[in-house]
Amino acid sequence: MRQDPLIPMLAVVTDIRQDTPDVKTFRVVGLDGKKPFVHIPGQCAMLSIPGVGEALFSITSSPTNEEYLEFSIKKCGCVTDWLHAMEPGQQATLRGPYGNGFPVDTDFAGKDLVFVAGGIGLAPLRSVINYVRHYRDRYGSVDIVYGSRSKADLVDYQEILDEWCREDGISVHLTIDNAQPDWDGHVGFVPNYVKELGFDTGKTVIMCGPPIMIKFTLAGLMEQGFPRDNIYTTLELRMKCALGRCGRCNIGDKFVCKDGPVFRLDQLDQLPDEY
Amino acid sequence: MQERVKAKAIELLEGGVCDRVLGWKAGEFFYDVTPAVFTSREEIEKDFVFGPFCGANMSKYLIAESRKDGGKVGAFLKPCDTYSFQQLQKEHRIWRENVYAVGVQCEGMCDIEAIKAAGIKGILGVDGDGETLTVHTLYGDKSIERKAALAERCACCKSKKMLGCDELIGEQGEELESARFAQVEKLEAMTPDERFAFWRNELSCCIRCNACRNVCPACSCEKCVFDNPNSGVENKAAANSFEENLFHIIRAFHVAGRCTDCGECSRVCPQHIPLHLLNRKFIKDINELYGDYQAGADMETRPPLMNFQTGDPEPSVVHERGSEQ
Amino acid sequence: MKKCPISQLDNLFAAIAGKQKLYIPTGEAKTAAFKPWEEGMQLTSALNTVRSAKDLFFPQVENLVNFKVTGKQIEVIENRDPAEPFVVFGVRACDCRSFDILDKVFLCDPVDTYYQTRRECGVIMTLACSEPEETCFCTAFGIDPTDPAGDVSCWMSGEELYLRANTAKGEALLGSLDMLSDGGEPETDKGIFERLPLKNLPLDKFGGEHMMELFKRPEWAGLAESCLGCGTCTFVCPTCQCYDIKEFNTGDEIKRFRCWDSCMYSDFTLMSAGQPRPTQLERFRQRFMHKLVYYPSTHDGEFGCVGCGRCLQKCPISMNIVKVAKTLGEEKP
Repeated sequence: MRQDPLIPMLAVVTDIRQDTPDVKTFRVVGLDGKKPFVHIPGQCAMLSIPGVGEALFSITSSPTNEEYLEFSIKKCGCVTDWLHAMEPGQQATLRGPYGNGFPVDTDFAGKDLVFVAGGIGLAPLRSVINYVRHYRDRYGSVDIVYGSRSKADLVDYQEILDEWCREDGISVHLTIDNAQPDWDGHVGFVPNYVKELGFDTGKTVIMCGPPIMIKFTLAGLMEQGFPRDNIYTTLELRMKCALGRCGRCNIGDKFVCKDGPVFRLDQLDQLPDEY
Repeated sequence: MQERVKAKAIELLEGGVCDRVLGWKAGEFFYDVTPAVFTSREEIEKDFVFGPFCGANMSKYLIAESRKDGGKVGAFLKPCDTYSFQQLQKEHRIWRENVYAVGVQCEGMCDIEAIKAAGIKGILGVDGDGETLTVHTLYGDKSIERKAALAERCACCKSKKMLGCDELIGEQGEELESARFAQVEKLEAMTPDERFAFWRNELSCCIRCNACRNVCPACSCEKCVFDNPNSGVENKAAANSFEENLFHIIRAFHVAGRCTDCGECSRVCPQHIPLHLLNRKFIKDINELYGDYQAGADMETRPPLMNFQTGDPEPSVVHERGSEQ
Repeated sequence: MKKCPISQLDNLFAAIAGKQKLYIPTGEAKTAAFKPWEEGMQLTSALNTVRSAKDLFFPQVENLVNFKVTGKQIEVIENRDPAEPFVVFGVRACDCRSFDILDKVFLCDPVDTYYQTRRECGVIMTLACSEPEETCFCTAFGIDPTDPAGDVSCWMSGEELYLRANTAKGEALLGSLDMLSDGGEPETDKGIFERLPLKNLPLDKFGGEHMMELFKRPEWAGLAESCLGCGTCTFVCPTCQCYDIKEFNTGDEIKRFRCWDSCMYSDFTLMSAGQPRPTQLERFRQRFMHKLVYYPSTHDGEFGCVGCGRCLQKCPISMNIVKVAKTLGEEKP
């Protein structure tokens, strides 16, 4: 029998971590207990539970993790509801990796990086951040601006506190939308915080979050004079095949599943605004 | 007729009665007209057409047009369109106060597919007002009986009456004695197995393009159950070989008592499935079980299937009639 | 060049069908379709079938794979529709070109093996056109309807059917047919194609280099205004290939299948996070931009349309690629 790219492999969910009230992180390995495939930070994979559906998720773990893949998934639809209800040991189907990923070994090399994430938007960036941490000497300074609705909604809060905040050369800037008693950090929306922090316009910006956050953060960055060809983001559209064939995730002549999901802002400027 | 309709369209716009009119825009050929909204004399003079190929039922478009902000929309409605127009008002789908309806008398609309089915190719034009039409083609002139060129619904037109319009172009007409139930009777005369085979064969051609549903004035749900991913029945293709059949059967049930028999479903079906026969069977049954009823014929009566009366037939009628046939 | 008297067509079909499945275009003009040949079946009088020949390689519904779910365990069960060698006779030049367009989508890396298997199994016998419809415009895309491609090209000329093998597959097929004799050349008349009303479709303004300009054209609103949002154009189109992947619970197993989908449908791009194409205008624009701009942009300028004219004949409101191309492609006064 011919192996078709649409036929998935089997995988097992070995661990499920509740990150926030509506985000869980799923650890996935192949049936042989090993990591199913090698990926580039920013790439995605199709996860499915037969009978429930198949959906594309960004891979949250870094390629430098050689044991397993991780997916941080927010509960927001049919497939994700099911994933949130399942228990460790459950098998799932998996195919991928898909997409271009971030240019971690080319354009990002030697650069000062600013990561800007909102809510579940940290998921695809976490892969890049941990990759950069692993190869720390290949990059310049690292700033991470991360915001969410409340403290409880910060994904991977423990990892952020225990690892990212303690590392030299990494500045973590957390913010939440509204003040709350057990929070002594910054309060306010991400776009304003990014502006307040006043990063050097020579830094490379890597952004992911809800459309409204992206829109206002971008406006701020433009005001500050960041060049559009030094801002990266990752997009999500409805996908079925992830091979550039089923025809629904195109933005102009580019398919998000194949040519994306990572785009530079100056690339997006050349495309219709259907995303 | 075209000149009268165009002049009226311009008059409605320039007289301030309407700020836009719904009509037909000329295409590449004489027959491929497209429903369109016109807002100026220039547009109308350039592109507005009204002729024997303006078959689309404009009432469907009035659902959306009548709900738009702004002034009134002018609409030209053929007699059969006016039945849908009234029915949609009864269902509170068309906002009557936003429409200026002009009834246009109709001699029957031609169907280019009917002319092609007669074996005529490369059609460039049609002439003639009498019983025989001359068809100009890439391969010379051909002739065809007017009757053979008519759309099915027009060949057995039920009424030339124009209902509920603000004004009329052409003479008011009457309800006609039509032979529209003849094909239904043929189906009824079949054995259940033959009838089942007939529909299985016809419906097996369905490509689930949804044209019948999307063009149907009675299909005016904001969100169709077949488009709702949460309904469990929104598959675009057959998950099993009976699914298309169910799609059409459910649709026929849903429009039963509300279908005016405008025939748009059969006109648009790319596979020429005689979908109108399903609806017509329901109309005939309703007539027989509840007394004659024509959806859209008036603004007052309640549709029989939504109007319980103590004399209504018992559910056992299904069994009784089923075993008869 | 081989030949066979047209009066012997039934025998020719029988000989082909004796070795593998044979599809021919048959039925009344209104419902013409490619169907498996049976004794006594006649070729349709229609120029083209309602649905295109793509169905034979990319069917409306096809099984991908089955799953059996037991507790936390999943079993993957092969459920591919069996592929068998077949011949399709009577494919027109336009539909034949559509295979080139589909090949570039399905056979690029990673290869779609469902499509690939059917392509390998199929032998295409094209049939030259001599009586085009007024809706034909394949010549606008550089297709010669009097000299169609395919594994075997056929012409009906006078009393004879002429056959020319173009590929090894075609050679093998013709070599297996004893009743063919060596023949001269068919007579072809290109004159009629010069008189086709749509032959000068203005296509210069299309292609990837004009993407943003065309995307932003205000005329889209008027073109799309009466679109019903049905999928007729998509499903009769020989080059439309968008698909959906769906599942069906048979009660015992989960059947994962793919089926045609349409960019004209409201749920095509709907996500729980939002809808990038919220109205029919965006959906309508997507379809025509795909054919005239996006596909050429990624495929060396080749258009994603073959000019078969099906959408002209079948659209319930007579809106089609010709009207779009003329509205957007002609010089503005």
